Parts: sequence; C-alpha cells; structure tokens
Amino acid sequence: MGLDVSFDIFIVIDLIIMSMLLVVGIALVRLNNLFAVVMLYGVYSLLAAIWFVSLDAVDVAFTEAAVGAGISTVLMLGAMLLTSREAKPTPALRRWLSLGVVGVTGMALFYATFDMPNFGDANSPANSYVGLQYMYDTITEVGVPNVVTAILASYRAFDTFGEVVVVLTAGLGVMLILGIGTTRTRDGESPQSGDETTQSAPPVTTVLATENHHIVLQVVAKILIPIIVLYALYVQFHGDYGPGGGFQAGVIFASAVILYSLIFGMDETRRAIPAKVVQFGTALGVLIFGGLGLVTIAMGGKFLDYDVLTAADPILGQHVGILIIEVGVLVTVASVMLSIYYGFAGRYRELKDQDW
Amino acid sequence: MVDFIVGHFNYWVIITLMMTGLYVIISTGNLVKKLVGLGVFQTSVFQLYITLSKVAGGRPPIFDKLPGYGTETKYGAAVDPLLGVIYSNPLPHVLILTAIVVGVSTLAVGLALVVRIREAYGSIEGDDIDEAEYKIEIASS
Amino acid sequence: MIDIMPYLEILRYVLAGALLFGGAVFMIIGAVGMLRLPDFYARIHAAGITDTLATVMLIAGMMLHSGFTQTTAKLALVAIFLFLTSPTATHAVANAAHKAGLKPRLGKVQPPHPRDKMKGAK
Repeated sequence: MGLDVSFDIFIVIDLIIMSMLLVVGIALVRLNNLFAVVMLYGVYSLLAAIWFVSLDAVDVAFTEAAVGAGISTVLMLGAMLLTSREAKPTPALRRWLSLGVVGVTGMALFYATFDMPNFGDANSPANSYVGLQYMYDTITEVGVPNVVTAILASYRAFDTFGEVVVVLTAGLGVMLILGIGTTRTRDGESPQSGDETTQSAPPVTTVLATENHHIVLQVVAKILIPIIVLYALYVQFHGDYGPGGGFQAGVIFASAVILYSLIFGMDETRRAIPAKVVQFGTALGVLIFGGLGLVTIAMGGKFLDYDVLTAADPILGQHVGILIIEVGVLVTVASVMLSIYYGFAGRYRELKDQDW
Repeated sequence: MVDFIVGHFNYWVIITLMMTGLYVIISTGNLVKKLVGLGVFQTSVFQLYITLSKVAGGRPPIFDKLPGYGTETKYGAAVDPLLGVIYSNPLPHVLILTAIVVGVSTLAVGLALVVRIREAYGSIEGDDIDEAEYKIEIASS
Repeated sequence: MIDIMPYLEILRYVLAGALLFGGAVFMIIGAVGMLRLPDFYARIHAAGITDTLATVMLIAGMMLHSGFTQTTAKLALVAIFLFLTSPTATHAVANAAHKAGLKPRLGKVQPPHPRDKMKGAK
C-alpha cells in the first residue's frame, strides 16, 4: 500500500479497538440481565467513540460519546426500570434459526466487500469528488476552520434542517406516547407478571431517591453542573474552530439537567426547568432554523443562503448564519432530549430505599 | 494478499458487528434487548461510513491555520486548504453526526412504545405479548 | 557554563514516558484486580486505582509531553474534572451496594446476595 510507519501503528490501534468492540458485542448477545446489557451498550458506544477518534472523525466521536454513552444509556435504564430487569433466555431452536439467517446474510455482505476500496485509500470514490471539493472550497466560501461544521451548517444546511425536524418529530412522538411527565401514572399498574424480576439487584441509578446519604453526590453535582453547562456553551460557540456544534452542545446541556434530576429528584428539576419551557423550546429551535431560511429568502438569496445576510462581506454573513442556526439546533436538541427524559422520568414511582 | 486483508479487515469486523446486532434483534423476544441490538446494528453502519472516510496518514478535517487568525492572508485564496497536510474526508462525518442524534431520538420513541406495551400487556417479551393479544382476540370474538 | 536546556528537554520526555508507563501498569493492575478479587467491595478498590491514580499519572505524562501549550491547560482541566467525578462515582456505587444490603465477603464464605434473600422472604 506504500504507507508510512505511522499508519502501521494506527492499524495496530485500530485492531485493538476492533477486537474490544467484538468482545463487547458478543457479551451483549450472551447476557440476559438487561441491566448488564444496557451498561454494556454504553461501553460499546464509548468504544465506538474511541474508534471514531482514531479514524479522524472527532466530531462524530464527540457526538457518539455524548449520545451513545450518555443519553441513550440513561433512556434505556429508564425504560428498563419501567419494564423488567431480566430477559427470558432464547429457545435453542430460535437461536439456531437466527444464527443461520445471520450467517447467510453475513456471508453475502462479506462477499460484497471484495469490491470495496482498500481501507484508507485516498482515491476511493467516496473520498474523491464532493468531499474533496468541500475541503478546497470551505476556506474561501465559508471561512470556518472546522470543515465538518461548515458542511453541516452551511453547504448541507437544508439537510441538517431536515434532521432537526426529525428530532423534533421524535420528541413530539415521545410526548404523545408518554406525556411530558406532568401526570403521574397510578401506582400498581400491571402488577401480575414481572414483579419478582423488578426487585432484583440494585443498579447505580437508584441514586434517584432523595435521601440524605446522597450528600456527597449533591455537593459534587452542585460544583459540576455549572461547569457542564459552561462546557456545553463552549462546545456550542467553539464549534466553528474545533470539534463541536449545536448537536453536541444540546446533548451535553441536556445531560447536565438529567444529572441534576437524578440527584435532586424530578420535582426539583421541574421547578428549575418547567415542562412548558421544554415543550416551547422544542419548537423554538426549529423556528429559529427555518426562520433564518425565510429571512435569507426575503433578503434576496436562496433558502439558507447566508451570503446575503451581511451586505459587504459574504464570509461574515456565513459566520452569522452558522452561529444562528447552531443556536437553533442547540435549543431543539436540548429540549427534545429533556422532553424525552421528562416523559420517562414522569412515569417512575419515586424510588425509595426500601424498594431496593 | 496482505494488502487486501489489511485493507478489508475493517469491513469484515464491521460486518461481524452488524450481524451481532441483527442476531440480537431476531433471536431475542425481549423488546428492550431488541432495541439494544438495533443500536449495535446502527452503530455498525456509522462505523462503515467513518471507515470509508479515513484517508491513510490523514488528520481530522479541521484546519490548523485559522483564516484571519494569526495569518496575514485573510480568507484569500493564498491559504491553501491542503497546506501539504492530508485530511480525512469530512462529508461522511457530517452525515453520521446528524444520524447519531436522529438515532437516539428514534430509539427514545421505540423505548416509549416499549414502556406503553408493558403497561398495556404487563410484559415486554414477544411471546407473552402474542399470548395476551390472542386472549384479547378470543375474548372479543 | 553548560547549557542545561537540552538536558532538561530530554529529562522531560523521559519523565513523561515513565509517567505514561506507570499509568499503564496501574491500569493493568486495576483490570487484573477487577477480574480476580473475590467480592464487590474489594473490586471497587481495583476500579479506584484505574479511576484516580492511573488516570492522573497518564494525564500528567501527557501534560509533560505536550509542554507549555493549550493542550496542557485542557489536560489540567480534564484532570481536575476526573479528580472530582471519579471518587464520587466510586462512592456512589459503594453507597448503593451498601444500602442495598450487600455484605462483604469475610473468610471463605460468600454472603448471600440481597436479591436471593428477597426471593427467599417471598
């Protein structure tokens, strides 16, 4: 391949991370304790994030670490606490049947890889055309050092707008299915089955209970939460110059609030950030994003064409446009994550010590 | 041959991970575990995209010299984006970055449905739910 | 007068390497401990080593390696953050186990898991 030594070392790191991913993946298959499965999924996401760093995708790694290991683990733990902690083992026949299906599919895909370009090939079709063009044009057209942000917020802003709307729709879906936590479900629903499984080993998340022995957690959380929010803002406004942006910042902000709620309880959180504000925020972000598009049309440009925002300097216009839509993304993503969390958390009966 | 193996090993591992996810989805009856399998499957698709975007000897697609920051040339064509440095392809990163956030949102919808299913049927095992459905059908007919 | 700067520079890298190596060794010790120690409370000690000592040694090594740059400042912030969070997390885990009634293993007898006790009571 004619590669230098650094790439060989890189390949070794690559192999180590991949083997760790495989081990965790196989452990995921074999375990039936849902608590362990969910925690392993968090580990898996974190490993994937590390792999993304080594594959130069720092922005993706950032998002994966915040979302995969943070928010989705919390959501899955929440769903697990609301349902059951143990999965039934799979019957042998079904195991072998699925293994057969998976084997055939895997073989077909394996055969398909023979035509794929070599790993790290600079001349592969994927790396040749439009991606390269973005690399060349970003400095002169957008003037943002982080090319990922430039593409996300400027070149493909319409696509990103679609994604933000999808996030909003998902948030609305969860709100419609679970509510936003303003009404508690009655205790003792669905008592007949699964009751003995819900009382198994205590997970870490039982810090939900607001008893006094959480004093250490509360003190540390009070120190940390402002720092986490500050960091979210840094990620937000530094997204032009380094890894980061509205998506990551929104998720980090939401995780700060979730940490607060895990330690101080849901009622406190709802007092700090009312559900109404969260509901309002989900729509506000999309409004900011789409509204900017309409403004650019009104100023004589195309939808989300930031060049027209400032008359003199199109680059400055790009900067302003990216800043505004990133705020829109931040507001929507943070609010949707919070509304989803509120929906799940509103369904708990408050966990008490004696429940353990 | 060695080049071929080294150059394609990533794809094979990703396919194995993808099949791990698929196996969890189709083999287990537990809905939460199914969603975890879906997450593994989804992450493997992300990994495929990111693997394709890697360029040997490359760096993250973030320019070192900030235009207009500490350099004399301001936004001019004088700043060569490639500066003799190899950068990895940023486009798949963008696609996947948004896909991750969309992925967690859809996962949340799935989990919400699971919670409602448990409230309605008292179980999250596929077989038990089928049985409960069957009983309801019998009772209503 | 001998110019000592080059020697200091070399010493910096040697120290950085030693710290990184030490951190890696403690990581491995922690991992082995997690696998081999008999019960939960003993394992927490092993986890604590990786959380605090090993991580701080690794970060200190990286700081020495990068010299007086912005990276060092960021690494210092990371170290402070870890110093706050890791012991807290370990405390939370131990506290939760204690509150749940998990007894440490004394001698050769494994105390019953609280989950089994609960089932027995039913």
